[in-house]
Amino acid sequence: MEESQDHILNEVTGGEYKYGFITDIETETIPKGLNEDVVRLISAKKKEPDFMLEFRLKAYRHWLTMKMPQWAHLTIPEIRYQDIIYYAAPRQQVGPKSLEEVDPELLRTFDRLGIPLEEQKMLSGVAVDAVMDSISVKTTFRETLAELGIVFCSMSEAIREYPELVKKYLGTVVPYTDNYFASLNSAVFSDGSFCYIPKGVRCPMELSTYFRINAANTGQFERTLLVAEDDSYVSYLEGCTAPMRDENQLHAAVVEIIALENAEVKYSTVQNWYPGDRNGKGGIYNFVTKRGICKGDNSKISWTQVETGSAITWKYPSCILRGNNTIGEFYSVAVTNNYQQADTGTKMIHIGKNSRSTIISKGISAGHGQNSFRSLVKVVKSADKVRNFTQCDSMLMGDKCGAHTFPYIEVENESAVIEHEATTSRIGEDQIFYCNQRGIDTENAVGLIINGYAREVLNKLPMEFAVEAQKLLAISLEGSVG
Amino acid sequence: MLQIKDLHVSIDGKEILKGIDLEVKAGEVHAIMGPNGSGKSTLAAALAGREMFAVTKGSVTYMNENLLELSPEDRARKGLFLGFQYPVEIPGVSIVNFMKTAINEHRKFKGLEPISASDFLKHMREKKELVGLTSSLTNRSVNEGFSGGEKKKNEIFQMAMLEPILAILDETDSGLDIDALKIVAQGVNQLRRKDNATIVITHYQRLLEYIVPDFVHVLYKGRIVKSSGKELALELEEKGYDWIKTEE
Repeated sequence: MEESQDHILNEVTGGEYKYGFITDIETETIPKGLNEDVVRLISAKKKEPDFMLEFRLKAYRHWLTMKMPQWAHLTIPEIRYQDIIYYAAPRQQVGPKSLEEVDPELLRTFDRLGIPLEEQKMLSGVAVDAVMDSISVKTTFRETLAELGIVFCSMSEAIREYPELVKKYLGTVVPYTDNYFASLNSAVFSDGSFCYIPKGVRCPMELSTYFRINAANTGQFERTLLVAEDDSYVSYLEGCTAPMRDENQLHAAVVEIIALENAEVKYSTVQNWYPGDRNGKGGIYNFVTKRGICKGDNSKISWTQVETGSAITWKYPSCILRGNNTIGEFYSVAVTNNYQQADTGTKMIHIGKNSRSTIISKGISAGHGQNSFRSLVKVVKSADKVRNFTQCDSMLMGDKCGAHTFPYIEVENESAVIEHEATTSRIGEDQIFYCNQRGIDTENAVGLIINGYAREVLNKLPMEFAVEAQKLLAISLEGSVG
Repeated sequence: MLQIKDLHVSIDGKEILKGIDLEVKAGEVHAIMGPNGSGKSTLAAALAGREMFAVTKGSVTYMNENLLELSPEDRARKGLFLGFQYPVEIPGVSIVNFMKTAINEHRKFKGLEPISASDFLKHMREKKELVGLTSSLTNRSVNEGFSGGEKKKNEIFQMAMLEPILAILDETDSGLDIDALKIVAQGVNQLRRKDNATIVITHYQRLLEYIVPDFVHVLYKGRIVKSSGKELALELEEKGYDWIKTEE
């Protein structure tokens, strides 16, 4: 009896996550567990040059000396690293030259996810790198971009075809010693996207990577590296989904951005990994290190994230503002519903003179969700006339969830102007009734109110994705108001 | 259009309305007056279906249907509009977006397609003029940072946009200066038709100089203690509410 009730509950809650299907495809996996041989095996499978293997081995050896960080406001069940499979790839020809060589089942999968890979069907103006489990399935518009000198390809291909660029920049923003998950990623990362915008080029289309976890019991460790040369511009978007499974899956990614003089990089994320069911069973553990450096003067890096998925999120997209007159921005909406937990925020490290940063964070907690905002604004001694503005808003729905904020401010230069604003609010019964009285039912009213609350951040997303993100916000909070 | 019979309403177990009888026909304007705490706003909220106002006895028939069985949103979609005494702020949601959502919900209920962008803009331009609402206001978030007068104008604007069958205006005049009051009244008068009706709830007679009612009812301690023509409002203005209380 109880079992059938659980089953019904599962079905009901499952209906809310639209991307929970599993693709039935032959997958090549290596045995579970992690040791030096596994690291070597991954590198060999990717046919990597020696410097990469060295990088991986150093990272692995360093990782062995580290302990899992405990400082986040998260309850993380024990992760058995020896039970995880570190490489899983849909069996297909390596580096398909054309779409005909891609398994139709894979194309159907991405079609169902709303990411058609046939260029004529695609959203015009968006180039996609589609990654399933450990490998990139297909990168679109490569040739069009190549005409401008832009390199947009999978990380594996970049390591083989542009080893000097990879060698020059990989690990320069997030060193392999950076933190527990970054070290693990550096040892075992399998794929991800590489993007290089040459000097003076304004990338004419949105670049995006779509990450999909499919295989069971595997971890996904992708690595993204984005280099914007002097006077260049690029807007980049990543999306992610995963099937519904009862066991938790680990996702530990690293993203590095390098912006040189006058370069501007916009990096947007719509994170919708499977969040687990209504009782907190299953879901992705999302432990991600994202960091960009504004290396050249007058450069700008802007992070926008909409975080609705994952059972646990641990993520702090940060900016090192090294050049003078550089700008760092962080816009975030994070939703935790049911038993989801998120500890997310940013670090703004001001080194350059006149560097400026803006942090806008909108947390939404519902159900038993726990939502923490954590930030560091650091101004070093030599950084004159730094400005920072931080706004951190929390919204609570129901009385079983929590919102927490941990802002750190370290200023060593007296000329800095740092502002911090914080609010906590609820969706009022009066707001919902007001909407009801205008003919809007409660579910739509909540969607409307939440999207209004998050508007400042949603406005920062590329147009094509803002609408999707709005729908996603409403869906992930469905059923959270009586 | 609306028949209220022996309506009893409680909040948190405390009875506020103790048997209201009222009939409103198409084309009529009714004014409900009474001292503070007599139950005027409770009546408005109960008719609109606010959950915390529990109907314990009596019936309400609206357009030949049992109103009390309908959800608040269905009451709205069937043409019942409440102008709020204290309009609610919805940060980040523009009036344009709010109204478009509301109108499309009404249309969906009637089985119509969503309104086209150009029709919506045209409709909005017309109604904005009616209440003298500026574009800078309609692009702002719903009621956020609005003055008292702007909030009330916004209520009348929304009423004009949604073209209700029965409009209940709860203390729409409170907090208005005389110019704003005239604009609001003018809006209401222009929306008057043979096939719709208005219930104006007010504490003061002042508004009724501009919106002339067909009937005036005095609500006191949860009951309608007096009903008459528009001259009753003048009498109340002259004598205050005390004579009602002593007559009891």
